[in-house]
Amino acid sequence: MRGRALPYLLVAPAVIFLTVLFFVPLVQTIALAFETRTGFGLGNFLRMEDDLNFHDAVVNTFRFVGLAVPLQLAAAMGMAMMLRHLGRGRDLVLWIWTIPLGLSDLAAGLVWLALLNDRGYIASLLFHLGLVAEPQSWLTYETPIALFAAVVIAEFWRATAIVVVILVAGLQLVPKEYAEAASVFGASPWRIFTRITLPLMKPSIQSALILRTVLAFEAFAVVIAIGGRNFPVLVSEAYNWQNFNQEPSVAAAYAVVVMCLSLLATVVWLWLLKTPAEQRA
Amino acid sequence: MAGITIDGVRKSFGATTALEAVNLEIADHEFVALLGPSGCGKTTLLRIIAGLETQTAGRVLIGGRDISALPPRARGLAMVFQNYAVFPHLRVRENIAFGLRMHGADSARIARQVTRTAGLLRLEPLLDRYPAQLSGGQRQRVAVARALAVEPAVLLMDEPLSNLDALLRLDMRAELKEVLREAGTTTIYVTHDQTEAMGLADRIAVLHAGRIEQIGTPSEIYHHPATRFVGGFVGSPPMNFLARDGRLLGIRPEDLDIVATGDGLPFRVNVVEPLGAQTLLTGIAEGHLVRVALNGEHHVPPGAELHIRPRPERIRWMDATTGRAIPPGTEPSP
Repeated sequence: MRGRALPYLLVAPAVIFLTVLFFVPLVQTIALAFETRTGFGLGNFLRMEDDLNFHDAVVNTFRFVGLAVPLQLAAAMGMAMMLRHLGRGRDLVLWIWTIPLGLSDLAAGLVWLALLNDRGYIASLLFHLGLVAEPQSWLTYETPIALFAAVVIAEFWRATAIVVVILVAGLQLVPKEYAEAASVFGASPWRIFTRITLPLMKPSIQSALILRTVLAFEAFAVVIAIGGRNFPVLVSEAYNWQNFNQEPSVAAAYAVVVMCLSLLATVVWLWLLKTPAEQRA
Repeated sequence: MAGITIDGVRKSFGATTALEAVNLEIADHEFVALLGPSGCGKTTLLRIIAGLETQTAGRVLIGGRDISALPPRARGLAMVFQNYAVFPHLRVRENIAFGLRMHGADSARIARQVTRTAGLLRLEPLLDRYPAQLSGGQRQRVAVARALAVEPAVLLMDEPLSNLDALLRLDMRAELKEVLREAGTTTIYVTHDQTEAMGLADRIAVLHAGRIEQIGTPSEIYHHPATRFVGGFVGSPPMNFLARDGRLLGIRPEDLDIVATGDGLPFRVNVVEPLGAQTLLTGIAEGHLVRVALNGEHHVPPGAELHIRPRPERIRWMDATTGRAIPPGTEPSP
């Protein structure tokens, strides 16, 4: 009897934790999003869509995800391949690269704010070197491209390391013999990368993309720290509706939109990068 | 012309020396086996020829051309890896075509070569499968087909049969010999299995501790080992050695005859192994471990006290200190 119940007992804490802290709030949020004064309906979504910032938030979110995630993947792939060719000091380099992972995203945002604002380190440096006539400000609504670039750079700096870690782990699962065989059979380094390494890395690229895309849709602290209200994204709008407008149901509508986008992105990556069992290394 | 010249190739990894100035001449169309125990440097030598490892000193020439500085892809050779390294994400057809595609062959030639090599290695029904859907023996055949499809001047094989079970290995060995004879490719074959080396190769180079101990035909290696190491490594069971004032008397187990009591050396049998074709006796003579291989019809009980005598024409003398064979004519009498 005890033997039969034991597996369920062991799983119970995790199930209770997930139910109380994830599943119940999730259902509540969805319910809240569809709740209106007259019953259930799409009222909150219509109010969300009517808002001035909604369009900007959608565009900014997609531009941010669309630029940051591919950049991170490409850079992380390059970094992982570089690590593979490193002999001594490999662990040290990997360790240094992963330092930003240890910082909270708000701290990371503030670091970049300190660097980039009109009285920040970079502006002061350029001014003192005489390269600019007066301290420049890049993080205002008047400089949308610079502001966007700053947000992407900060997020890139902060969160590329997790992609590197996933890809390095994935790369270690691919035996070096495949690349050696390809080189003996006439493949150039670039062709080995595109024809052999990249296809064999598909499962880890998929994991990295799912993780990064979902987190990029939810990027908040870095965006708020650098962009403030000048760079609205879906999550920061949810925060504004909740805290400044005191409208939890519209905030919940935003949350549901973000959740749907994350789910959609996950499904897309699962489908686009699926590796049938018979093609695995 | 694709003769291979290994000219003073040396390799050290930090303080350890894997290869000490190896010289080896391989003729066009010749099949040479590099035979030795693990860690003797045979795989390192093969990888240096392939360009997957860089030698510390020396040159490798193929067809008279120095290829030492070329990357693997420019060396015009093919290789069969120990773990096959058949690309898991490509179908058998694409695996076989891989080398041709990389060399920019046109699709007619690719189709022709895939059909030809697949036929040669009986892979036609498997062309549209992925490697994970194949057995070990089939994967091994794909690896050989991929190598032969490019019609290489030089084929390198790194223990290609070691991952197969014993029966399959026997089949594949015969199959490989036939296929390679037809292809007529210059082949270097690395193995630690002396039966494979003897069965397949025109000549065998026995390696030990980064040095070539002996190069010769299978029969020369077996019957006239140049060193004690070669005698003790080649042959199953290996050569017996008995001490004779500063020299070693080497004699193969099958060259010892059981003789009448009072004639020959006293031999105490400890273990009897009836192996079918042979009966193998392991025991002690003159304080040395000695193995005697008898015709399988002999029945000897363990613990028996016998007398054995080496066939005089089969005795090989070695220097006890250097381990080198003493040339005929200068040997003492047994």
